[in-house]
Amino acid sequence: MYTHTVDRKFKAVVIGGSAGSFPLVVDILAGLPKNFPLPVLLCLHRLKHIRHGFVEALNIKSNIQVIEPEDKESIKPGKAYLAPSNYHMFVEIGNTCALSTEDMVKFSRPSIDLTFDTASYVYRNYMIGIMLSGANTDGAEGFQKAHQRGAFTIVQNPEEATIKTMPEGALKLVKPDLVLDIADIVKFLQQLTK
Amino acid sequence: MIADIDLKDLRSIISVVKDTHGFDFSEYAISSFKRRIIRIFEIFNFNSTEELILKIKTDKVFYEKFLKEVTVNTTEMFRDPSFWRYLKDKVIPSLAKNTNIRIWHAACSSGEEVYSMAILLKELGVYDKAIIHASDINEDVIDVAKNGVYYLRNMEVNQNNYQRFEGKGKLDDYYKVEGDKVRFDAGLLKNVNFRTFDLVQGTPFSKFDLILCRNVLIYFNLELQDRVVAMFSTCIYTGGNLAIGSKETISWCKSAKAYHVESLEEKVYKKIAE
Repeated sequence: MYTHTVDRKFKAVVIGGSAGSFPLVVDILAGLPKNFPLPVLLCLHRLKHIRHGFVEALNIKSNIQVIEPEDKESIKPGKAYLAPSNYHMFVEIGNTCALSTEDMVKFSRPSIDLTFDTASYVYRNYMIGIMLSGANTDGAEGFQKAHQRGAFTIVQNPEEATIKTMPEGALKLVKPDLVLDIADIVKFLQQLTK
Repeated sequence: MIADIDLKDLRSIISVVKDTHGFDFSEYAISSFKRRIIRIFEIFNFNSTEELILKIKTDKVFYEKFLKEVTVNTTEMFRDPSFWRYLKDKVIPSLAKNTNIRIWHAACSSGEEVYSMAILLKELGVYDKAIIHASDINEDVIDVAKNGVYYLRNMEVNQNNYQRFEGKGKLDDYYKVEGDKVRFDAGLLKNVNFRTFDLVQGTPFSKFDLILCRNVLIYFNLELQDRVVAMFSTCIYTGGNLAIGSKETISWCKSAKAYHVESLEEKVYKKIAE
C-alpha cells in the first residue's frame, strides 16, 4: 500500500495534461472521496470549437462536482474546475478563477503553463501540482515555476503515460517530490482527506 | 518566462501610468495584468521597473506600444460561431423591426468583430439601417480596424468560423488578397464610426440597441466589471441587448436585475428596466 507523509495543509490541487490524459483524470476524479477537502483545478488541452461534452463526460464518474468556471468564480473546496475551451484559466489573488483570451502559449489555449504559473503564485507551497500524460511541451515551464515557489510536485511515471512528452519535459526541468503511477497518485490524494 | 514582478512594482507602474497619461489600470485583474507587464519587460528588454517607468514618463510613442501590449487584443472574426448565429437568427431580426439599429462595439480591438457584424447585417439585408460605433482604448488597433488589412495567415481561422456561422456565401467574397495580406471591402465600414474610448473612465456618448463587449470584462476585477456594466446600462435602450463573452457573467453585478437573460449559452442579455 502506497503511503507518503504530508507535512502541510494544502489549499489546492492543480492538474495539467493533454493527449491521453482524459481517462487518467476520470480515474483520479472517480478515486477522490466525496468529501475531498481541496479544490481541484484541471487544465487539459482540448478542441477550441467544441464547448460542450467534456465537463459532462468528466462528471459521469467523478465523486466531486466538475464545473467550467465563469470568470471570477470563487474557488471552493471539494469542487473541480475545468479550464473552458478557448480560454486560459488563471488563479487570481483572492482565490477566484480568472479567464483570459490572450494569445495561445505553445499552440495551447488553455495553456497549462499559465494555470500552473498563476496558481502557484497564489498558493505557493500550499499547492499540489500534478503533470500527466501529454504530447506537448506546454506545462513544463509552469510546472517548474510552481516547483520553484515551493509547490508539492508529482509527475506521472513516464513509463506508464500513453504519451511521454509532457511528463518527460517536466522531469527535464524539475526534480519533483514524487514520480508515481496513476493508481498511486489517487492513493496520495485520498490520504489528504484523513 | 522571466522572474516574478512583485505587487509593489506593479502598483508603482500603475500609478505612474495614471499620473502621466490618465489611464487607470488599478482595477484590472492582477493575474493577467502582471503577465502582460512581464511580457513588456521581455519584448522591450527592460532590466528594471525604474527603466520601464522612465520610458512611460518620457516617451509618448513608447506609451502607445505599451498600451497595446498591456491590453489584450486577441480577436477573431465570428469568434464563437454559435453566438453569431444567435445574432443572425434572433437578435438582429428583432432589432431590425425598428427604423434603425444602433450598435456599439465597446472594445473593438483590431476590428474583426466590426467586420463580422457588418457582413452579418449585409447578409440579412439590413446594413443600411445600422448605425455602428466602434471604440477602443488604443489608437493603433483602431487604425488597423479602419484599414481593414489583415494577415492572410490569420484567415483560415476566420474562414472556419464563418463556415460554422453558416454565412450566405464565402468570407473571400468580402476581401481581396494582396500578397501575404488581405484587404476587406471598405464599403463594410460605410456606417461605422470609430473613436478612442476608455471603458474605465469614459462617459457614454450615445444610446444603443445592442452593445457588444465580449471577453473584455474578464480583464477587470469585479468592482470595475460592476461599474462598466452600470455604465452600459445607462446607454442601452430598454428592450435593447448586451452581449458579453461565453464565460463572462453579469450575474454578480448590481445592475443585473435590470436585465433578462435572453441566452445563457451565448450570454446575450436584454434590458428590461431602467
